[in-house]
This record gives sequence, C-alpha cells and structure tokens, in this order.
Amino acid sequence: MAVTTPRQRVSWGTTNFVVIALALIPVLWLVSLAFKTPTAVLDPSFVPAQWTWGNFHQILSTSQFIRPLLNSIGIGLIATFIAVVLASMAAYAVARLRFPGKSLLIGMALLIAMFPIISLVTPLFSIERALGLFNTWPGLIIPYVAFGLPLGIYTLSAFFREIPWELEKAAKVDGATPFQAFIRVIAPLAAPGMVTTAILVFLFCWNEFLLAISLTSTTASRTAPASIAYFSGSSQFTVPTGPIAAAAVVITIPIIIFVVFFQRRIVAGLTSGAVKG
Amino acid sequence: MSTNTQTVTVGAPAEAPSRRKPQLSEGARAERRLGWLLCAPAVIVMIAVTAYPVGYAIYLSLERYNLELPQNIKFVGLSNYGAVLSSPYWWQALKVTVIITVISVAITLVLGMLLAQVMHRTLFGRGTVRTAALIPYGIVTVAAAYGWQYAWTPSQGYLSAAFNNSAPLTSEYKAIAVIILAEIWKTTPFMGLLLLAGLSLVPEDLQKAAMVDGATAWQRFWRITVPLMKPAILVALLFRTLDSFRIFDNIFILTAGANNTGSVSILGYDNLFSALNLGIGSAISILIFICVAIIAVVFIKGFGTAAPGTDIGKR
Repeated sequence: MAVTTPRQRVSWGTTNFVVIALALIPVLWLVSLAFKTPTAVLDPSFVPAQWTWGNFHQILSTSQFIRPLLNSIGIGLIATFIAVVLASMAAYAVARLRFPGKSLLIGMALLIAMFPIISLVTPLFSIERALGLFNTWPGLIIPYVAFGLPLGIYTLSAFFREIPWELEKAAKVDGATPFQAFIRVIAPLAAPGMVTTAILVFLFCWNEFLLAISLTSTTASRTAPASIAYFSGSSQFTVPTGPIAAAAVVITIPIIIFVVFFQRRIVAGLTSGAVKG
Repeated sequence: MSTNTQTVTVGAPAEAPSRRKPQLSEGARAERRLGWLLCAPAVIVMIAVTAYPVGYAIYLSLERYNLELPQNIKFVGLSNYGAVLSSPYWWQALKVTVIITVISVAITLVLGMLLAQVMHRTLFGRGTVRTAALIPYGIVTVAAAYGWQYAWTPSQGYLSAAFNNSAPLTSEYKAIAVIILAEIWKTTPFMGLLLLAGLSLVPEDLQKAAMVDGATAWQRFWRITVPLMKPAILVALLFRTLDSFRIFDNIFILTAGANNTGSVSILGYDNLFSALNLGIGSAISILIFICVAIIAVVFIKGFGTAAPGTDIGKR
C-alpha cells in the first residue's frame, strides 16, 4: 500500500480533479458573470468574451452595498467576539468543573443548534419593535450571539478537554503566579481552539440571511447578503445580474481567504465539535 | 513564596478524595458556584433569544392579530392552528419541504460518504481537496443561489444552454429539482467532514485484517466501515435533516416560493411580511417547531442517535 503505482496516481489524480472542479465551477461561474459587460450578460458562455471591472465600480461607488458590507463586518466581528468570550467561559466550566446542571446546559445548546430560526422571526420581530431594537446593530448581534453560542460551546469544550491542564500546576510549582500560569501556559494552548471557534461563528454570522432580512428595514443595519436581495437595476426592467454577481463575489472573498489559510483548523473544529461531542 | 506553593500542591491530592463524598466540601461548593457563574451569561443570552420568544409566539398564536388592523386584537384560542392545518397552503409547503429534505439528505449522504473516502484516502493533494470542499460549505448561501439562478436562466446561463435553453425555474417539479441541486452542492462538504471524523475512528488494522481474510472492498465497506461509523452517520443525518427542514435562503432567491415551491419557512415568512398576520404567522412558527422536535425525537429515541455532547455531560 505504501508504494504507489502510476495507475493509482492517475486514478486518484482524476478523482481529486473531479471533486475540486465540482466544488469550484459554480463559484467560477459567479466570477465570470461579475466580469461580463452588461450586454454580454445575455450570453450563456462560461468565459466572458470581454472582461470589465464595471460591475464592481458600480456596486462599490454607492452606499447601497458599501454600508451593508460594513454592517456585515461590524455585526459579524462584535457577535463573534461576544459569543467566543461567553462560550469560552461556559466551555471551561463544562470541560474542567463539576457542577449539577451541566447536562442541562449541553441539552439546551443542542436544542438551540437545531432550532428552526423561522420560529423566532415572528416573535423577535414583534419584541424588537417594542424594545426599539428593530433595524439596529444590537438587534442582529444579540440573536447571532445566541445562535453562535451552541457552536462555540461544543467546539471549545472539545478543544479544552485536550489541553494538558497539569501544565498549569507545574508552572505554579515552578513559581509562576496563577495569572502568569494562565497567560504563559494555558492561553497559548487554548488560543488555537478559540481562533477556530471564532472562524466558525463568524462564518455563521456572515452567511445568515433570514434574520437579516426580517429584523432590518434599511441599510442602517441590513447586512450584505440581505442587501443583495434588494438590489435594483438601472431601470425597472433591467435585472441587475452583473452587479448582483459582483456583490456575491465580494462577499465570497473573505470566505476564500479563511478557507485557504485556516483549512486545517476549520476541518478540526467541525469534526471535533460534532462527532466527539 | 516557594514554600507557599509547596503546601498548596501537597494539600491538593489529600483534598481530592473528599470531593466524591456526598457531603459537599468547601472546595466542591466553590467549584459548583464557579461553574454556574461561568455558564450564566451564555444561558441567559440563549434563553432571552429563544425560550422567551417561543413562549411569546405561543401566546401570539392564540390571538387574532393582524398588523394592518391593530385595534382588532382578540383572543381566539386554537382557531389559528385550525386555520393553518385546514389550509392547502400549509400542506403544500410541508410536502415541498419533506420532498426537498428527504431527497437532498439521501443524496448528500451518498455523495458525502464518497467525499469523505476521497478526503481520507487520496494519496496526494489532500489539503487542496479539503480546501476546495470547504468553499461550498463556507460560501454565503444567497451568493451561491444567485449563481444557480442565473445558470438556469434561458439565454443567460451555461446550464440552461447545456439543456436546450430550458427554463426549469418556471415549473414546479423542475424548480424543486434545481433547489435540491443547490442544497446538495452547498451541504455535501459538511456531511463529508462529519463522516470523515467518523471514518478516521475506523482502525486501519481491522481493514487490513479483513483484506488478508479475502474480503472485497465492498464487503469491507458494509461489514466494517459502516457499522463502526454508525454513530457518526446518525449524527450527521440528524444535523442535515434538521438543517434541510429549515430551508429558506435557497428557495427565497431561486423561486421566492412561486409555482408551489415554497417551504414551510417561506410560508411563515410570507405570512408575517406579506400578510402581516402575527397570529397565523406565530401558529406556523410553532407548528414548524413541533415538526423539528418530532424529527429530533425520532432520531434520538427511534434510531438511538447519541445526542452530541452527551459524553461531556457524563464526564
């Protein structure tokens, strides 16, 4: 098995190529649409005959898209930060401490991870209007934190259980204060898990659509995916295919960056949280 | 300083056994309090955003409450549920949702298993394959859905052109097929990764031993890999089924529910934002919640799916 024959190399090479092509073709099609000229959009060929930056200029020159993009980044970062901090506290307790109600917490997190978001749309719409949270950043950040938490608690408690906590004691024996032991020994060991969790939670916030269109009404807080659904053409009768594709490409770029640089972490995070529990 | 830490470390093992006694020592009680304290913020946020609104939705679902007629709010008992359950729209949406869920989850399971095998066994380029597979997982569903929509638009899309300039999004079953295709493309990598985790738990020795005994690859897959992976498969199926049942983004972009292609989530959304009917909308929300609860109970009690995280609870 260790020695590879040329035939094995060819068959695995073909298999890999098919998987990669299936994953990338729909994305490349969006890229192609984004670079087509407005007239060439009505040309079904996969590669644009003429390349143009026009669509990107158009969307990046109005606040119709720039503002939602900033909302997406801001809401995503704040929600991720809060969710990771709160989830780390809970996950530390789950992984390290003995207390009654632990399985209740796990069950609750599981329930929320599987929760149909549509069931919350009607009541949250009503509650947020009454509290003045409708169409504001906190109006989206709060539910995003709540839905990021189960993911965070699962992933982090799986990571925290792998940390050799005896090292903390060893550091103290060597004369470190509890604070030093935490900062120098435990924090560096916990950091990879927290980064992974932050990526997964941010991807969730970046991707979320149903709450984003239901709990916002203007670009003051509408996020990028929601704003694309409200794009309008230069006239009532033109469908803004090019600008929509360009916007879709723009919001895909951060994902490509995450995936390329953090592939190992994302895979480890998804698999550890879900299967080992 | 050093003598101080010494006494602490010497004292620690002596204290440990007393923890397990029924009578709570000071240390155990402090541990308990710290545990609750650390979990409290997370629990409060989760309850505030889910449990409380669900309670409120139950209350709203018992009222006649139309945002266009705010003076006309009245307690009507279960009649909103009667209205929903006797409406053909609910049953049509439920049918579409079940069709999409069953077909897409079944195909995703098969493709996800293949993908997991490729990611696990490929001889080279493992990192590249995993990175490429993560792109559909990570991409914003709405962005991908626009790609699929334009791809299937006549005289505009490459897929439509490849199929005789067809317009599948304008007819019910073809549109559902396109929605299922978009779901499968988006979710197969997630299924593949969950199964990959299960696959890595299958000991390589066992495979080799079976190979020595003359088992074919097919026999090894069904007799060794699948039984050992059963827990991982069930968890992946549970996650994917519940996720697929909530389908909203893809349908909203691809058809917006036209030609009877709306899912239950689309129906709930339309009742709130087009009909502005909070009472009916809430009744639909609660019915969807009940459906999801039934699916979860069937998987966990019926198939014996180990709820993820239960082993943490026991620890």
